[in-house]
Amino acid sequence: MADSASSFSLTVFSSSGKLNQLEYALKAVQAGATALGIRAKNGCVIATEKRLPSALADARTIRKVEAITAEIGAVYAGMGPDYRIMVKKARNAAQKYYQVYRESIPVHQLVREVATVMQEFTQSGGVRPFGMSMLIAGHDEEGPQLAQVDPSGSFFFWKATAIGKNMVNAKTFLEKRYQDDVELEDAIHMAILTLKEGFDGKMMEHNIEIGVVGAERRFRALTPAEIRDYLGEVE
Amino acid sequence: MSQVNPLHYNGGAVFAATGNQCVAIAADRRFGQAQLTLACDANRLFRVHDRLVLGLTGLATDCLTLAERVRMRTNLYRLGEKREPKPATISALVSALLYERRFAPYFVEPVIVGLSGDNKPYCCSMDLLGTPMETDEFVAAGTCAESLYGTGETFWRPGLDPEDLFEVTAQCMLAALDRDCLSGWGAVVYVLHSEGVTVRELKARMD
Repeated sequence: MADSASSFSLTVFSSSGKLNQLEYALKAVQAGATALGIRAKNGCVIATEKRLPSALADARTIRKVEAITAEIGAVYAGMGPDYRIMVKKARNAAQKYYQVYRESIPVHQLVREVATVMQEFTQSGGVRPFGMSMLIAGHDEEGPQLAQVDPSGSFFFWKATAIGKNMVNAKTFLEKRYQDDVELEDAIHMAILTLKEGFDGKMMEHNIEIGVVGAERRFRALTPAEIRDYLGEVE
Repeated sequence: MSQVNPLHYNGGAVFAATGNQCVAIAADRRFGQAQLTLACDANRLFRVHDRLVLGLTGLATDCLTLAERVRMRTNLYRLGEKREPKPATISALVSALLYERRFAPYFVEPVIVGLSGDNKPYCCSMDLLGTPMETDEFVAAGTCAESLYGTGETFWRPGLDPEDLFEVTAQCMLAALDRDCLSGWGAVVYVLHSEGVTVRELKARMD
């Protein structure tokens, strides 16, 4: 593979020392629907806009919030198909860890696995970097954690953050609102209010997605009915 | 028989027992080739960390290889996770390392003992393919495992404190070693308790 003519790396340094492919990947992220996450005192919440390609599309079949393990979930901004591949790789890594140690993978280890794959795709031949950033939320022995992984393979742990189209405004909004001792329920409200800033049209249960992991350490995506109730609460 | 079974070729025995907030593991000192005794300073107990000991009997070369692989994986675990592995975690790791070689196995019988964060004793034995057998009583492995189970059933009782546990473990070991010509020549006992580790050398019949 490595010696064939068509397998040279696409990600090469420009004369100014930048990796242009990575800049373009970040542009793909910036163009994606906003996704955000908040780490509360007793859990984590991740949320995103879900823009449908057409009014005729069946919203129930499009899932952006995915569980990686029982206690870790993810959401993304950027290219959906790339995210799907990374979710698969992350689930694989998590199960591999479980097979060896018979305990579920800690959030930090999973984030590192995902970041390692992202990095490999900036240095390997014949591939392009992932066109998405991922937010990974989980709850393990270390408590609730929220991480962001970028196409470059760098990763950060946050109290609250946003990625995608409206990230700058959303982050400013979160900076103003965030408190260290926020409860999970309040964090869910905060997430909805943040998404609402700069949301096109009316926010409904079928055009946003929310994932939560609480003190019981079980990650799950909220059902449309639950989202509808939360939307009612914040109005 | 002992010349063809690699598990019995070098001889050796390990015994482990739980107590109240403590756990003990003992191993003999003989290293042989079938009936010929070559050394009486064999080491079958490997300290993974201060609250976790891995005991290995069986083919000596495989014991050493497996111990080194466990040491490497434990060190990588420490670096990656910035914490010490729990006893059950090391148990799972050893089990995975063994089953990886399902069709060309390491000829070892591991025994893993440890204390969890709240000083709860952990005691587990395994066959050479990595099938774990966890117990809250005692386990034995090696050329005189049957005798050790007999002495264990006679001497061991639940809820022993560290000093009594040492005495019981040592007596179980010595009584069984006297009935086996492939293990013995001295023994060593580790007791893990809330204050740390106590290591004692036992004198045994040297014939």
